Amino acid sequence: MSTSASETGTLVGRGSERRPRRQRRNGPGVNWWLTALLIVLALTIAIPLYFAVVTALKTTDQLGGTGFGLPTDVRWANFADAWRLTDFPRTALNSALITVGAVVLTLLTNSMVAYAIARNMNRRLFKGLYFYFVSALFVPFPIIMLPVAKETAILQLDNRVGLILLYVVYGLAFNIFIFTAYINSIPRALEEAAAIDGASTWAIFWRVIFPLLAPMNATVGILTCLWAWNDFLLPLVILSDPGSATLPLVQYVFQSQFQTNYPAAFASYLMAMAPLLIVYVFAQRWVISGVTRGAVK
Amino acid sequence: MTTQTPTRPETRTGPGESQPKTGVRLAGAFYIMVLPAFLLFFVFHTIPVIQGIYYSFTDSPGYGPANFVGLRNYIALFTDPRVLHAYWFTFLIAAVATILVNIVSLAIAIGLNGRIKFKNGLRGIYFIPNVLAILVVGYIFNYLFSNSLPALGEKLGIDALSTSLLTKASTAWIAIVILAVWQSAAFNIIIYLAGLQTVPTEMYEAADLDGASAWRKFRSITFPLIAGFFTINMVLSLKGFLQIFDHIVALTGGGPGTDTESVALLIYKGGFQGGEYGYQSANSVVFFIVIVGFSIVQLRVLRRREVEV
Repeated sequence: MSTSASETGTLVGRGSERRPRRQRRNGPGVNWWLTALLIVLALTIAIPLYFAVVTALKTTDQLGGTGFGLPTDVRWANFADAWRLTDFPRTALNSALITVGAVVLTLLTNSMVAYAIARNMNRRLFKGLYFYFVSALFVPFPIIMLPVAKETAILQLDNRVGLILLYVVYGLAFNIFIFTAYINSIPRALEEAAAIDGASTWAIFWRVIFPLLAPMNATVGILTCLWAWNDFLLPLVILSDPGSATLPLVQYVFQSQFQTNYPAAFASYLMAMAPLLIVYVFAQRWVISGVTRGAVK
Repeated sequence: MTTQTPTRPETRTGPGESQPKTGVRLAGAFYIMVLPAFLLFFVFHTIPVIQGIYYSFTDSPGYGPANFVGLRNYIALFTDPRVLHAYWFTFLIAAVATILVNIVSLAIAIGLNGRIKFKNGLRGIYFIPNVLAILVVGYIFNYLFSNSLPALGEKLGIDALSTSLLTKASTAWIAIVILAVWQSAAFNIIIYLAGLQTVPTEMYEAADLDGASAWRKFRSITFPLIAGFFTINMVLSLKGFLQIFDHIVALTGGGPGTDTESVALLIYKGGFQGGEYGYQSANSVVFFIVIVGFSIVQLRVLRRREVEV
């Protein structure tokens, strides 16, 4: 036990069941070498973010060299420039509307579809439907990218509403997969009791099942949020009106304008990343446990 | 989709619902629950797939009339150097990134699972890249690769670094892989951590009594027990990296020329901007078969390994 400096050795005694008294010597104490190593490695995450912050605060003539130095003369106006160039309030609102719309509609509809399928897997039609939806997991987006752009243009859905709709529909494949797995673990007794009390199928779903899905709703909500907020390809091919551009899309569109003004570009990147990053800082544990639940199912 | 809002149940709760359930009527509500989703999915997913296959047999430029050309697009694909290069480049990046990201994230996950201080804080930091848009992070990396790294190389007198990695394909792929690993290790670490927590600690205690080395414990206990998680991560990583798009747009835009184009980027560029709608549709059908083929082979091989180890 005393030679626990190596990585796998430390697996012993993992978890939070720490002993009440920490033994001074030879006991399973904290592995400080490993802690230090992980902190140093975590710098690889921090470096690009640090770099973005210092660059966003510089004047253009402070650029050059490796660029890692702190700004000698802080220029907050870069953020004002970026704000104006990317029409930030409007773009952020677009991203927010699309993300919130996609998350809310996904939760309300995908869970319901999964419920209907999960409770009727013995019927051939529903079983077929399950495989129909889930098989789409194998179809990469580039395959349908060209036709769907054309189709949404014809149906006049080449806008924010269309984008929300596509997130909800394309989410079905994965969401049905994890929702049905979860619903199968809910005993039917509850529903039968509610049915005897005269509740309709709809009432049973909304009043009994939907509340029980809370952990899975959190998972699907988080994953949909990350996807819709950060997605670039779908907005790129679907949105035709520049006024409805999302945050990632607008960074792409304004690259040419930023060519000569890197500090403003970096300010813009920070502003695009900030909203979700701030949410993440406060809801970190919840986000990680939600994502884990989705992947392990 | 708006017809599925929660206001709907009220209208369905009629007076006739008071008896205990009867299979037939219950099924009726279930049909209504799935019908809109089925229709929308059919319209926005299945029809585009069928349309894509249809267009792959035409010379459509993306607008106006098109002629049926049979298999000509498919035959042309296999002799088109730009297409072949895109596949080669995509495979290279996908293979290297998949292997690297799994090694890196498994190692970090094992570390995070160890007896360390600041466990939750560190886990939180390692997950950050997963909440950031690849495109935006990619632009930051672009600047680092094209300005900071050469400046650093000059300072340290390392010739290999003194020119930007992004200026030629033979080095740009390294930059793309670095960005890809940086971004997607976050997600993989979390999955491996979940896997490592399923390994019972008693097994390590027993191994310790037998005097097993750390590597031996990893090979004989840890890895076999998390083999399922390894399979998930390998399959998802490879599938994701084969579709690589944002990374390349942010770092090289496919250039210089078409040297760093991935298949997804080529389909996008050729299909939307190059007037090759039909041709790139054929390309995407081939791409689809390639991805499904890879996934199936990979699943088979890894599942068999899971049983063996």
